[in-house]
Amino acid sequence: MKIIYTDSLVVGAGLAGLRVAIASKERGLDTIVLSLIPAKRSHSVAAQGGMQASLANTVSGMGDNEDVHFQDTVKGSDWGCDQNVARMFTHCAPKAVRELAHWGVPWSRVSQGDREVIVNAQKVTLTEAKEAHGLINARDFGGTQKWRTCYTADGTGHSLLYAVDNRAISMGIPVHERMEALKIIHDGKRCHGVIARCLITGEIRAYVAKSTTIATGGYGRIYEVSTNAIICEGIGQALALETGVATLGNMEAVQFHPTAIVPVGILTTEGCRGDGGVLRDKDGYRFMPDYEPDKKELASRDVVSRRMTEHMRKGKGVNSPYGPHLWLDITLLGQKHIDTNLREVKEICQHFLGIDPVTEWIPVRPTQHYSMGGIRTKPNGESPQLSGLFSVGEAACWDMHGFNRLGGNSLAEAVVGGMIIGQYVADFCEHTSLNIDTQLIERFGQQIDAEINQLIDGNGTEKAITLKQEMQKIMMDYVGIFRNGAQLDQAVKALSELLMRSRNIGLTCKKRHANPELVDALRVKRMLKVALTVACGANARTESRGAHSREDYPERNDRDWLNRTLSSWPDENALLPTLTYEAIDVMGMELPPGYRGYGINNAIAHPDTQKRQQQIEQILTELNNPSDRHAKQAALMPYELPDQFKPANQRLFDNVDVKGDTAK
Amino acid sequence: MSQARQLTFSIFRYDPQDPNDKPLMVRYVITETPGMTVFIALNKIRETQDPSLQFDFVCRAGICGSCAMVINGKPTLACRTLTANFPSAEIKLMPLPGFELIGDLSVNTGKFMRELAERLQLWLHPNDTDMDIHRIEAPMAPEEAAKLYELERCVECGVCVSACATKQMRDTFVGAVGLMKIARFELDSRDSRSSEDFYHVIGNQDGVFGCMTLLGCQDACPKDLPHMQQIAYLRRKMTLSVTNL
Repeated sequence: MKIIYTDSLVVGAGLAGLRVAIASKERGLDTIVLSLIPAKRSHSVAAQGGMQASLANTVSGMGDNEDVHFQDTVKGSDWGCDQNVARMFTHCAPKAVRELAHWGVPWSRVSQGDREVIVNAQKVTLTEAKEAHGLINARDFGGTQKWRTCYTADGTGHSLLYAVDNRAISMGIPVHERMEALKIIHDGKRCHGVIARCLITGEIRAYVAKSTTIATGGYGRIYEVSTNAIICEGIGQALALETGVATLGNMEAVQFHPTAIVPVGILTTEGCRGDGGVLRDKDGYRFMPDYEPDKKELASRDVVSRRMTEHMRKGKGVNSPYGPHLWLDITLLGQKHIDTNLREVKEICQHFLGIDPVTEWIPVRPTQHYSMGGIRTKPNGESPQLSGLFSVGEAACWDMHGFNRLGGNSLAEAVVGGMIIGQYVADFCEHTSLNIDTQLIERFGQQIDAEINQLIDGNGTEKAITLKQEMQKIMMDYVGIFRNGAQLDQAVKALSELLMRSRNIGLTCKKRHANPELVDALRVKRMLKVALTVACGANARTESRGAHSREDYPERNDRDWLNRTLSSWPDENALLPTLTYEAIDVMGMELPPGYRGYGINNAIAHPDTQKRQQQIEQILTELNNPSDRHAKQAALMPYELPDQFKPANQRLFDNVDVKGDTAK
Repeated sequence: MSQARQLTFSIFRYDPQDPNDKPLMVRYVITETPGMTVFIALNKIRETQDPSLQFDFVCRAGICGSCAMVINGKPTLACRTLTANFPSAEIKLMPLPGFELIGDLSVNTGKFMRELAERLQLWLHPNDTDMDIHRIEAPMAPEEAAKLYELERCVECGVCVSACATKQMRDTFVGAVGLMKIARFELDSRDSRSSEDFYHVIGNQDGVFGCMTLLGCQDACPKDLPHMQQIAYLRRKMTLSVTNL
């Protein structure tokens, strides 16, 4: 078996993975990236709407800064996130946006003077400052107090991924395409690399490295309908699970996006609503203001998805052969706006629905979209259990998003996380040496050989595709937007049975080289374990928080459940994961738990919440310079960052007293 | 409501890694469903009739560029090709010509595009190499940003390469994709390269002077990129840069 050595191994060539590779190379390390596909086809490319960063250039972003972005992110997470991580992220987001401009991203820019926008279904005139002309613009997105989602029309993911991949190519960073990592090489304490299979030749290889960074994206394809690319099957998370020691965090935290088209599930960006589009029911009635009078269509995604589902349950959905749906109306935005700022949405409507969104409404319904859960890491991106194993982007539970991710914060996480964690990966590589134990590597290689031999030569009778489809249906029906104990019990039981059956998969196509059936068979076993962590986590969590919504436990329960679910799989023969919980420390929070602002304020409080609030008030009164927001922040919750990211972010109106909120 | 049609797919099958295999067109018949695309059809065929069938889909939404193939003689993205648009119910699928064949309908566009990028240096060469990420960004004209995005929408699908007569005759021709990307950077005010610099890479028969203006690229591009306009613009720009007019 060929063994390839590198300093910093990255699995996954999307935004997060490439960004870590770039950081590694900048620090003088050797780096290799593994990818199932050409880098520019990674799922990052599909992101449409934009990347949040508190630049405060546009008039509707005036007064924005890291503090506001931080508050929005923490609230958006329903207090499930790690607030230290949220601070690291919000501080560095403007730097990442500016760095990307330097790498070639053609961010849409502010035009000074008057422009007409749609806010709350009305035409409103915004006046952009003269000083802001040519600076990076931002659009409105859900769950935010200021407009801070930076964009390039509605192909932001494309622009970002292309710029970052071009940068990586300019630095000579190799990407090994059509290479699938199937096992992590480790000794129980330290990660040494991966065993991978070439999807073209079938060759099994070992990649051995000082650090291994998993940046393989989310696990949406465990569901029957998802906005995700079909390769987003959670294999990265499965790799970590199968070490038997590494933990996954909050796997049950799955986001459903309000507006994916029916029936194929292709995404139409939140930017449609951010730019002024509205949702309508079968009577053409705009229903969201009834449910959420304040934020309406721009409430947080989990809230909008639930309200849409509730409304359809009342019989207000449009009937179709694919089940009920609702309408997304962007006709009020006008031809010019759609042709320039929602270009990709228009193409999707034309090709997949045969409609023109300038004049017709788009059929949409909430669809699986994003995985908040993932490989658990410390704030520096490293697994708490396996040294040398890092994870970044959607693959990780850093934990930036807690139980719900704000729109625009995922592209941001990928790039900013990659930027920050890339430094920690480089630090680790510089301070560590690697002892290559070829016996250990061979052993892991042999496990993969044995697995493949069993599939090809064993006389299995189950079909991988059948098991996969049954799993996807179970997840869709029983582990969706509204969950309950009875259905979750059924899901867990059914998934365990499928996992059992997956030990008996057989193949019709017996090729050892390019063989799609073999690829599926190797993946479905792994996907089932991932699906079980989601179903078990959801079943055990008897509260509602963010996107995890229990009909039988509708309240947020900070008293018993202000914690993070950790799942692991210590016994490889088990049919269920092991769950433990890590408490989220209220006394360490900068922003203690509060009301998100949606629905009834009926959360069961944590005993420390009031104590911490009083402590914060005390700290603030004792401050020498209470008007200095940096001093305030440092007094309440000091956090770590690599030194080069510590300087303050300069903004246009830093020294001028501005009133924000002029557009709302 | 008429009965569902039976679609006959004629698909190119060949495994170049199998010394005993020979290229063959194989027929598969499936029942059409409402809204069916070639993506849905191919997966159905693989699932129910032949699990060895190779093809590449990733986003299935027309934006990643993975699934380009020749469908009834035209190179295009398979994931958003509706079967309802074929009145004869006969659909012939071939892999994209001009690329290394992996097997059946799967070709290695990734390798081609990476090599092209390295050859033509398809990344921004920034004017100011020293950049301070903590300070306010340099402004850019809003119109330039919008125009750059228009030229940047290429998804590297390879359709323009397959649709190109020059590429068929001249393996080293950079193709419309190469020229479009050069055009994108040439327009970018942040790029330090001059017309002379670009002339060095595309001012020859492998570049802008190799184009025969048959414009198969313009006709077939799934993203409606302005190939015709940009190739003409570049050709003129390159000529002017060396004749000092």
